[in-house]
Amino acid sequence: MTSVTGVSAPDPSPTSSVASRSTGRLGDRVFSGLSIGAGTLVVVLVLLIGLFLVTQAVPALQRNEVNFLTSSEWTVSGEHPRFGVAGLLWVTVVSSIIAMLLAVPVGVAVALFLTQYAPTWLARPAAGTIDLLAAVPSIVYGLWGLRQFGPVLVPVQQFFAQYFGWIPIFAPNNGLSGNVSTIFVVGVVLAIMILPIVTALSREVFAQTPRAHIEGAMALGATKWETIRTAVLPFGKPGVISAAMLGLGRALGETLAVTIILATLAPGTPWVASLFNGGETFASKIANNAGEFDTPQKTGAFLAAGLVLFLLTFVVNAIARIVIERRKAFSE
Amino acid sequence: MAKRIDVQDLDIYYGKFKAVEGVSMRIEPRSVTAFIGPSGCGKSTVLRTLNRMHEVIPGASVDGQVLLDDKDLYAKDMDPVAVRRTIGMVFQRPNPFPTMSIFDNVAAGLRLNGVKNRKVLSETVERSLKGANLWNEVKDRLDKPGAGLSGGQQQRLCIARAIAVSPEVLLMDEPCSALDPISTLAIEDLIHEIKEKYTIVIVTHNMQQAARVSDRTAFFNLAATGKPGKLIEIDDTQKMFNRPSEKATEDYISGRFG
Ligand SMILES: Nc1ncnc2c1ncn2[C@@H]1O[C@H](COP(=O)(O)OP(=O)(O)OP(=O)(O)O)[C@@H](O)[C@H]1O
Ligand SMILES: [Mg+2]
Repeated sequence: MTSVTGVSAPDPSPTSSVASRSTGRLGDRVFSGLSIGAGTLVVVLVLLIGLFLVTQAVPALQRNEVNFLTSSEWTVSGEHPRFGVAGLLWVTVVSSIIAMLLAVPVGVAVALFLTQYAPTWLARPAAGTIDLLAAVPSIVYGLWGLRQFGPVLVPVQQFFAQYFGWIPIFAPNNGLSGNVSTIFVVGVVLAIMILPIVTALSREVFAQTPRAHIEGAMALGATKWETIRTAVLPFGKPGVISAAMLGLGRALGETLAVTIILATLAPGTPWVASLFNGGETFASKIANNAGEFDTPQKTGAFLAAGLVLFLLTFVVNAIARIVIERRKAFSE
Repeated sequence: MAKRIDVQDLDIYYGKFKAVEGVSMRIEPRSVTAFIGPSGCGKSTVLRTLNRMHEVIPGASVDGQVLLDDKDLYAKDMDPVAVRRTIGMVFQRPNPFPTMSIFDNVAAGLRLNGVKNRKVLSETVERSLKGANLWNEVKDRLDKPGAGLSGGQQQRLCIARAIAVSPEVLLMDEPCSALDPISTLAIEDLIHEIKEKYTIVIVTHNMQQAARVSDRTAFFNLAATGKPGKLIEIDDTQKMFNRPSEKATEDYISGRFG
């Protein structure tokens, strides 16, 4: 074993003599040193954040008297803390899924239009305009959603409540379907917020479809749409999936817009499946209560919720990464 | 099913640039016609006008007529998609659809034509793969990705894909230029076999290949770079290679070019 290691280890002397002669080698070294350093820094930062969350959360979790994952109670002070994230998980995931269900088809359609149909004079400014949506600050989205866009959505909510109210997620929920501060409105606003990411990434992959595949399909007598189906969409699929995941990650963590729009519920309100309901996401819960982190126990409870959001986002981003890697494997 | 092609006084443009000028020729059914000539003289360009693939390039246009058994391919009411369904094309670099299996690659054209019947599909796939001399090599792995084959196999897969829809004409743009001599021979044999059924036009830089596979040869040339390419002459391959009418053809074929 030792001899094998000895053989494979690089001999230091020739390397250093070459390095002293060639600035290229020196550049390589500086660069690799910098990049290793930067990479390590990022990993250490992530670990430190994780460690911070865990060390703060664990003592509070140990004193918790209900199941943290299945309970929706939230009493974090006093001798008998009872808190759980089930309610937060529901609102966070459901609003983000609404956002994804709306943003992905629209984003893909827009990206296809911009890359495959639109003439260049239209495609460029249109793409720029959509990218501008990404530059709008969350607080603007929040206020716009609450004051202007939400009221426009209320009739939509009422339509669903009236005709599809028998489906639990569209239940009128004691007239809350007439309110702007619902999970549904938040989901739609989140959809608009993640639309630029989804569109930009999809646009990029669709534009990269190799000419050879497109011409191969056209030479078989494919129409424009058939060419898209045979060549562009299969090539872009992994990119679209990862775009959707990145959008989802963004929606899960969005704080300000959600906090502004969504109505909090009175403690003890029973859970309902309806989208026409208030509630809190992980992020909005923490933001709503940021003023009262006065004891380690309280802080710990909120950070425990933050930890779940961290893991959720991490998993979603990891899935996006894996899909991107798999795609590299077969695109030349 | 093979059809005759008549090209009449065709000018071909990329935007304002006239790439090819005044091409007139007749391509007989059930024959192989080779296009030869120096690089940049417009062989690919002419080939791509024969199935209206030229116009997919932004700004590209043509002026003149291309008749397929007296039907003008560039008539106002002619649908380019329909033209491409009857005139198949094989490209210089093999381009199987990378996400599709071998089976699905060959079946792609049929599916575009609305064929859904499993039995019809698998019969046609088998017949086309046999026609492309690929069946024995892939029959046990039809569900594997087409991109996993060797270059020569991929090119034969593309030929199978093109003949699966029973085109009337098959256009090939340097189909062997990325292949080794063995795969090249396999494809030349294939051309010999399928010319019974199709009208074939092949672009090649390989004089021996033109001599081996074609019945007729068309020689293109261009006066100078930036000038449009022209058809110098088209004649029986035997005659072109032994006593061509034009001095330029003789110079090019005998290697005394430029
Ligand atoms: N997409 C394009 N846009 C603009 N000009 C083009 C395009 N493709 C080809 N050309 C020009 O048209 C002329 C003919 O090109 P073409 O590709 O038909 O030549 P070729 O005979 O096939 O050459 P080769 O033997 O190298 O393949 C050349 O001057 C070329 O620069
Ligand atoms: Mg060419």
